[in-house]
Amino acid sequence: MQPFTRLTSRSVVLPATNIDTDQIIPARFLTTTTREGLGAHLFADWRYDERGAARPDFVLNRAASAGCRILVAGRNFGCGSSREHAPWALLDYGVRAVVSTGIADIFRNNALKNGLVPVIVDEPTGEWLLAHPGAELTLDLAAATLTLPDGTRVPFPIEPFAQHCLLNGVDELGYLLTRTPEIEAYERRA
Amino acid sequence: MPGAPRTLFEKVWQAHEVAGESAATPAVLYVDLHLVHEVTSPQAFALLRDRGLPVRRPGLTLATMDHSTPTRTEQIFGGAPIAIESAARQIKELERNCAEFGVELLGLRSDQRGIVHVIGPDLGITQPGKTIVCGDSHTSTHGAVGALAFGIGTTEVAHVLATQCLLQRKPRTLAVEVEGTLRGGVTAKDLILAIIGRLGVGGGTGHVIEYRGGTVRNLDMDERMTVCNMSIEAGARAGMIAPDETTFAYLAGRPRAPRGADWERAVSAWRELPGDAGARFDRELRLDASAIEPMITWGTNPGMVVPVTGSIPLAGSDAVLARALDYMGLEGGAPIKDQPVNVVFLGSCTNARISDLRSAARVLRGRHIARGLTMLVVPGSQQIKRQAEAEGLDRVFLEAGAEWRESGCSMCLGMNGDTVARGEYAVSTSNRNFEGRQGAGARTLLASPLTAAATAVRGRVTDPRELM
Ligand code: SF4
Repeated sequence: MQPFTRLTSRSVVLPATNIDTDQIIPARFLTTTTREGLGAHLFADWRYDERGAARPDFVLNRAASAGCRILVAGRNFGCGSSREHAPWALLDYGVRAVVSTGIADIFRNNALKNGLVPVIVDEPTGEWLLAHPGAELTLDLAAATLTLPDGTRVPFPIEPFAQHCLLNGVDELGYLLTRTPEIEAYERRA
Repeated sequence: MPGAPRTLFEKVWQAHEVAGESAATPAVLYVDLHLVHEVTSPQAFALLRDRGLPVRRPGLTLATMDHSTPTRTEQIFGGAPIAIESAARQIKELERNCAEFGVELLGLRSDQRGIVHVIGPDLGITQPGKTIVCGDSHTSTHGAVGALAFGIGTTEVAHVLATQCLLQRKPRTLAVEVEGTLRGGVTAKDLILAIIGRLGVGGGTGHVIEYRGGTVRNLDMDERMTVCNMSIEAGARAGMIAPDETTFAYLAGRPRAPRGADWERAVSAWRELPGDAGARFDRELRLDASAIEPMITWGTNPGMVVPVTGSIPLAGSDAVLARALDYMGLEGGAPIKDQPVNVVFLGSCTNARISDLRSAARVLRGRHIARGLTMLVVPGSQQIKRQAEAEGLDRVFLEAGAEWRESGCSMCLGMNGDTVARGEYAVSTSNRNFEGRQGAGARTLLASPLTAAATAVRGRVTDPRELM
């Protein structure tokens, strides 16, 4: 996993609310046994028409979206299925942070475990971001703030252990394995 | 000194804390049962292989195949190749991983195979008080017996395989209290759709729901599973129902339930699980069951739901509603009833248990599905399939003109080639009506098995009470 400290990028905006993981990566692309290459299918049914041609009106297909690493979306992003293919697809495409006023629990966990930062902001900030696509934003993970173009620093909540792991490149499985003596003790008790 | 009164959730959570949470670190939570399927496990096994790690407790891990698995008999038993090559590879990969890591697999031809959330209770391995996880969001289903059961991602699947534990922050609790008698023709599916309509699809985020009250106590186990199954559709990772005599009667004698003295010991422990009097929840929602009608979704998430006797909402200036109406090709203000339908899907971990098949068969017996309509009946497990055949339900479906398939997820997510065509309307007993869920461009209306069967007969969205 790539460690994460700071990121400055223009935003790309998907204003829809309740964007579910079936939209992020449709099920027919899940018959894979690896994590790689899923970016090609990110938002496949919104990005491409029936014949596989790019839909010019979809935001990711616009020239201005190229290179944007921060995705701003409507409330309750990532609801639905637990498929980790959703953050894998976003990361493979180049997105490193998702900003919304609400992010679904399983998606949020999955994102954190892969170095995709879920940023939950208050309603006014969310509204401002949705209304200003292409805004240059700076995400500071250590401070847990998102800086808007006017310099306003918006704090966001992040689970402290996940934050620590992301900042320092700590591997959660490695950490869990260090708890083996307690796991063994629990198994003897149970 | 007795401690503070605790909820069902708190009791199960505390009993599984290997280490409690602190400000800096989450709790280490022990997992009693880890269910594995072909789609969300390959990358997890690969991670173990890369690191040279074994599966810590193979005996607490059970694998099956359901998501990308075919439902056509000839592709399972008849030697025909699995139609989708990448799905066939995924199935092979699961077989290889289970053999290499010593995990029991209820494989393609096993008579205990089925949808992962159907076989757990079927086999009696889903038990009160357990922690159960699976790389699938509808793991919430198992909470119907009083287990704490939730979906996890593939990285967490690897964590559980390697350590039998998960790093977790304690969620908040939400009590959904339901009182009153469900009217005739109104089912557990209608109840949970009504609850999601009230909570909204993000309303349960961060919470574990406990369903309580007289109405819930009167539900049988299949119905309780339907309710807990769709907890995730309100954003809650888990739904739970306190175990009671109904639970114990359901589990008694199942292949992997405890027996003899072990059973007696288990039941007396399970009786301690229901929440203590005075235990507090972080939030509460109350519902009157007697006011609920048969429900059906009109839009592109499960919260977009109306009574089957009601009207599709007007979008007004709401862009979200407008977009959903546009995708669905429906007109705001029109009645949902009599909307023409191309496909009816009776299946999924929400509604493909034996009582679901029986209730649909009750409507279909002696009737035929509408001309031009396709109906797929996909039992939740091979055990349920055999049971239905023993009761003659397969004949009822076949004589009505429906297809009768081997068990699996099938058209619920359309990964195995069972899909709804672009632009077509499907009334489905499954749990998600997201854009493209049942196939690119497919339009899904979620409803109960009764409503689905009645709709199949008429070829139009139908209030099941008209055919009962
Ligand atoms: S039946 Fe549908 S919801 Fe249930 S596990 Fe399968 S794909 Fe998921």
